[in-house]
Amino acid sequence: MSRDTALVSAEWAEKNIDAPGVVFVEVDEDTSAYDTGHIAGAIKLDWRTDLQDPVRRDFLDKAQFETLLSERGIANDDAVILYGGNNNWFAAYAYWYFKLYGHRDVKLLDGGRKKWELDARPLVTDKVERPATQYVAQEPDLSIRAFRDEVVDAIGTKNLVDVRSPDEYAGRLLAPAHLPQEQAQRAGHVPTAISVPWSKAANEDGTFKSDDELRRIYAAAGLDDSKETIAYCRIGERSSHSWFVLQELLGHRNVKNYDGSWTEYGSLIGVPIALGDEPGEA
Amino acid sequence: MTAPTAAGCAAPDQAAPLPASLDLEKETVITGQVLAESGEVVPGAYVRLLDSTGEFTAEVVTSPAGQFRFFAAPGSWTLRALSRHGNGDTAVTATRGINEVTVTVAA
Repeated sequence: MSRDTALVSAEWAEKNIDAPGVVFVEVDEDTSAYDTGHIAGAIKLDWRTDLQDPVRRDFLDKAQFETLLSERGIANDDAVILYGGNNNWFAAYAYWYFKLYGHRDVKLLDGGRKKWELDARPLVTDKVERPATQYVAQEPDLSIRAFRDEVVDAIGTKNLVDVRSPDEYAGRLLAPAHLPQEQAQRAGHVPTAISVPWSKAANEDGTFKSDDELRRIYAAAGLDDSKETIAYCRIGERSSHSWFVLQELLGHRNVKNYDGSWTEYGSLIGVPIALGDEPGEA
Repeated sequence: MTAPTAAGCAAPDQAAPLPASLDLEKETVITGQVLAESGEVVPGAYVRLLDSTGEFTAEVVTSPAGQFRFFAAPGSWTLRALSRHGNGDTAVTATRGINEVTVTVAA
């Protein structure tokens, strides 16, 4: 994978809004932004109500994903262009999800909603409806999804990358600072995880930094290219952003996103936790 | 229907009142408005909270009245606002409870 196959610019997107076979999809946790204005023709996916199972704490299974995409009018051979707020966190999560279920042509809009808005590009409020399709998903590709036992086993052996803010890593905050801090789980990080906040990979306008800059950031943080990597955050969407950087832009292999992330790990009984700014011992 | 998953990471509505369950004895709230040089409020500005080393900690989009809000910890922070009207920075030393800050943006 590379920047050419995984990312489109705002310029490209604006020129291809009406291109046949291209579907723009806005992904947010709170879709009120979509309702106040979205890219013309874009449909919306709600991270919470569309992409999570309504009962179990897990995401949609293959059949549920097929139903969702069929209803929303996304076909197997469509080029899906994902974008969203929060610096594309939830769009990156959806990208990872589309990859997990084997969608062939999916890309992220570089800079997401923020770059689009700061550029003063057009947003519309038209209702978008697409004819239903018969979407067929592949079996989930678990080579890009990590579960809790793999994370515990990775302590001291694989690259663990904590992509939350430094204060969340150290245990001084339990959630990103736009959210109230009272949480059920313990603070801290998985021992031996390096801290590479997702934000280091992005410019202020939400676009990704250059490949050379990105390589330098992870090398300086001590990521060992020869090992497998697991990225995590609090709920798995910021780490999707970093998974996207490592696997889709920089072409690393064997990178997994741990979508259970700190809300799962920090609630487990008996697992080791490190506090403070250092990775800690295995 | 709202799925009973862990609360997400999206920024809540910046105009909403503080949740009643919020304990201001424990929380350090940094809140305020983004203003243009003319004094007009700036809705839709992207406000980032940077920690004492300048590292990104969080980002929200201002409400129609130009408001933003963060839940941080006591200490030194910088607020940086990006908007179509320009950008601006304000330093803040936060303590527990509510800390009010204005960020002015200029091209």
